[in-house]
Amino acid sequence: MNDFAIPSDRKPFLVKGQGLSKSVGKAALLKNIDITINPGEIVSLIGPNGAGKTTLVQLILGLSAPTAGSLQRASGLTVGYVPQSFALDASLPLTPERFVRLGTKSSKEAARERLNEAGVPNVGSRMMTDLSGGETQRVLLARALLRNPQLLVLDEPAAGLDISGEADLYHLIQDIRDQRGCGILLVSHDLHMVMAATDHVICLNQHVCCSGAPAHVTQQPEFQQLFGPQAATVLAPYVHSHNHQHTVSGKIADGHGEKNP
Amino acid sequence: MMDEFLIRAGLAGLGVALAAGPLGCFVVWRRMAYFGDSLAHSALLGVALGFALGTNLNLTILIVCLGFALLLVLLQSKGTLATDTALGILSHSALALGIVTIAMLQWLRVDLMGYLFGDILSVGWRDVAWIYAGAAICLIGLAWIWRDLLRATIHEDLALAEGVACVPLRLIFMMLIAVTVAIAMQVVGILLITALLIIPPASARPFARSPEQMASLAALIGVLSVIGGLSASLLWDSPSGPSIVLVATALFTVSLVGSTMRSSA
Repeated sequence: MNDFAIPSDRKPFLVKGQGLSKSVGKAALLKNIDITINPGEIVSLIGPNGAGKTTLVQLILGLSAPTAGSLQRASGLTVGYVPQSFALDASLPLTPERFVRLGTKSSKEAARERLNEAGVPNVGSRMMTDLSGGETQRVLLARALLRNPQLLVLDEPAAGLDISGEADLYHLIQDIRDQRGCGILLVSHDLHMVMAATDHVICLNQHVCCSGAPAHVTQQPEFQQLFGPQAATVLAPYVHSHNHQHTVSGKIADGHGEKNP
Repeated sequence: MMDEFLIRAGLAGLGVALAAGPLGCFVVWRRMAYFGDSLAHSALLGVALGFALGTNLNLTILIVCLGFALLLVLLQSKGTLATDTALGILSHSALALGIVTIAMLQWLRVDLMGYLFGDILSVGWRDVAWIYAGAAICLIGLAWIWRDLLRATIHEDLALAEGVACVPLRLIFMMLIAVTVAIAMQVVGILLITALLIIPPASARPFARSPEQMASLAALIGVLSVIGGLSASLLWDSPSGPSIVLVATALFTVSLVGSTMRSSA
């Protein structure tokens, strides 16, 4: 990584982890992970179950400390977080509007606007426990957005959604990035959606198998080994339908990516 | 002067109910009923120690409860046993230790039943003052941490990621419960304190649309339970603590039937 150290230090990163490792007892959950999230960039974390995706998210959010390595966060970084699982105890009466406003002090109007932006304009006065899984995800997203985050962390946001709901969600995530310019860390195990909506992919299986632009990553033997040879074709139907991505980051256009050992 | 002990009893009960309702909501939301039980059982050890050392009883009970709460937090954060098992061990050991210690103090003639099931009619003005000081600490403390405690209760990781310091909050909350236990002991007794913490919130739940509504309703239901229980105790000479709990249970049944009928209508 020394070759990259000087130029990448000058970039205004949001989060930069170098050589991150995490182990619990004797079990190593993560080994020597490098990860950088820049403003306006969608970074996707993919990998099989047990690859350590959620562990890495917890390190980045500061929920747990790495056993080795360094993690830098931009000073005063505002984070919006959409956790993977959310089950509210049925004994707690809470409207989505109130839930959204608990994330940061704000007006009811602002909360309604964010619920609108997240695509659930009419849930405000129902109860949290009455919402469907998809609605709950979007209410969580609204709460994250209301904090006006510089970094948005989404842990498996599409879990439990049907295919069209999933496509809608990924469009929404791209719109959020385009309009707000925030950095987004997206965790998923759905290759199709992730590849279509991402600037930078990190393929994780306790260590970083490979990383770079989607077009680069899908051609790596490590990637194909992890997800099967047919995974190399996940990009095909999407490259043309999402060509607007090129103007945002340029990363897909020149296809550069780095490969980590 | 027959009225004065009634006024004292009523005031004591109201003070405890006002604090127990809102605090009990968090006990329900955080599923900590068993924790409340364990803490309550430790109070008897406080009684025994207070008598043995000749120290102020209320203060000794409070200190033992606070110490026990701290111990529970420590045990909970690192342990291989499930929380309910760990609490079960501590809870019953504390109760047994308290009873054995009191029995060993042979010179001591103490109304054990009064401590186990409450003796609200025997509270003095000093006790009432003590109860209101404790209730004020509980309510002011809870109001102070309300918003962040609510965030931590809803989803701890989300709250942490948003910058809420969840561990100190949990500690403060347990201390507040310890204070509640210490002041509620005289009213409903060690074995029934948890009832006062969880029955009013459970009764309030179907009619609340916000956490704050539930807390206020729980306080109100607690107050009604105290008034009803004391009245029953006077009318029929029933034991006061259990009577308060029974009235609370009756109100819970009404709430349950009412909400079931409303949702099926």
